[in-house]
Amino acid sequence: MRGDQINLQNITARSATSPPSPQVRDGGVERVTKLIDVSRCIGCKACQVACSEWNDLRDDVGECVGVYDNPVDLSPNSWEVMRFNEYEDEQGNLEWLIRKDNCMHCAEPGCLEACPAPGAIVQYANGIVDFNSEHCIGCGYCVAGCPFDIPRISKKDSKAYKCTLCSDRVFHGLEPACVKSCPTGSIMFGTREDMHELAQSRTEYLHGRGFENAGIYDPEGVGGTHVIYVLQHADKPEIYNGLPNDPRISPLVDAWKGVTKPLASVAIGLAALTGFFHYATQGPKEVPKEEYDEVEDAETHEEDRT
Amino acid sequence: MSQSKKERGILRYGWFSRLNHWTIAISFVLLVLSGLALFHPFFWGFTALFGGPIMTRILHPFIGVFMSVFFAIMAVRFFKDSLIKRHDIQWLKQIKDVLSNRDEKLPPVGKSNAGQKLVYWIMVFSVPVLLVTGVIIWQPYFADAMPITLLRLGALLHAFVAFLAIITLIIHIYSGIWVKGSFQAMVRGRVSKAWAKHHHDLWYQEKMDEERRRKESLDRIAGQ
Ligand code: HEM
Ligand code: SF4
Repeated sequence: MRGDQINLQNITARSATSPPSPQVRDGGVERVTKLIDVSRCIGCKACQVACSEWNDLRDDVGECVGVYDNPVDLSPNSWEVMRFNEYEDEQGNLEWLIRKDNCMHCAEPGCLEACPAPGAIVQYANGIVDFNSEHCIGCGYCVAGCPFDIPRISKKDSKAYKCTLCSDRVFHGLEPACVKSCPTGSIMFGTREDMHELAQSRTEYLHGRGFENAGIYDPEGVGGTHVIYVLQHADKPEIYNGLPNDPRISPLVDAWKGVTKPLASVAIGLAALTGFFHYATQGPKEVPKEEYDEVEDAETHEEDRT
Repeated sequence: MSQSKKERGILRYGWFSRLNHWTIAISFVLLVLSGLALFHPFFWGFTALFGGPIMTRILHPFIGVFMSVFFAIMAVRFFKDSLIKRHDIQWLKQIKDVLSNRDEKLPPVGKSNAGQKLVYWIMVFSVPVLLVTGVIIWQPYFADAMPITLLRLGALLHAFVAFLAIITLIIHIYSGIWVKGSFQAMVRGRVSKAWAKHHHDLWYQEKMDEERRRKESLDRIAGQ
């Protein structure tokens, strides 16, 4: 490694790397979680601004397309986007559902599974999934691997970018920039346990307010996420701008990246070896000497004739 | 005169066929090495051959398109010689005899034997699939425009078909080492009559018939 990683000891998973990463010091590291309480968000986008500020990102000024989403999608320069949804509930009331969309920091990240470049994607003991631009080759496999459509490849430097959960801030004991900036307290940050407790009490509160289906979004299909939501309608995550109901690493990605590749690699080696051993046991395929003489005799014969 | 003529033997692959074959062969090996580097970390070291990991990623698809163009030409030119005939099926049934060098038991075959024809057909299937799926996953030019399922399918198919093509390539290269004279045939273009008769008797007979007819017509002209 080239000293480009903030804290080597705390890497617990590394892309395209089979041997285990250092884990001895895991014991002292608690997993962190960012809690996004959708029911409290007013859509002011302070968090988006704080994200750009802290990470020195300046996206191009876009165009208004008739909705509040701005920019309309994630980009290499916009690691989070507020997504606005107008939803008519069962009673016919209009609800404005605003979801902060960013990397979910899966416990079992699809990007990390797909990435072919050793160390371009790492996961720290505290659960944060980080891209290391130094090792990224810009192949875009992480885009195919992600169940949440998060990574974006830059047209400027052909490297993959996404929310880091402010891993740099967190390493120094600070909360992520978005958390710091939120005026309503809808983004909270702490240990996984604390955040679940908080989310639970918010859910109960929402139940009391008549949102019977309020609940926590912490999808099991990806081993849980280190960014969790409190949703008013946890039974229908799709209404929050297509939040997947049961996200998991696509079976296509599993088939592509799972056991088939090591097996195929071994098969390629064996194929070459088989050739060598075949040669060593059966010998080359040659034309027997007699046949040469035969054909030659016939030739000379014919030539004598003419 | 007769001596040098015998040395020259029968023309098996003309200069264009040879040039084209080796252009494809070199590109293909480069594709295999650069592709494998991304295929599994086992092979990550191959990135050193291409100027580093990023250059490997950038170069691979361009070599792929380059190779595909020349392959298309070869596919057309070798098409007729690669159609599977009844004797090819028999030859395949006796694959054990083939592998144990019991050549005297094998049925005579044409310009290509069934093994060579299979290599042809597997590649005729693989290269277009690799080209299409390769374009689908090609960053930064095309991949961003692809729906996610297509992207995943493209990556999956590219890897699987590449595996098929690599195994086929290994068999193909090994045959060139194993069957003495076949490598020479693709380098020099010509084979001895004995070699042709032994390995591709039907083709040899055809060539001999041609020669005889040519001679006869020459004789006829001379006689007039
Ligand atoms: C025919 C044109 C081809 C094109 C356009 C193409 C394109 C690509 C692209 C875009 C990638 C992703 C990495 C990168 O951007 O460099 C890739 C990966 C790969 N290619 Fe190709 N390729 C072609 C032919 C081939 C051939 C002939 C082989 C070998 C038989 C091959 C083997 C591979 C392998 C093994 C990978 C890694 C796949 C993985 O990581 O799952 N490719 N190719
Ligand atoms: S683009 Fe970068 S981070 Fe994404 S899979 Fe490729 S090497 Fe890994």
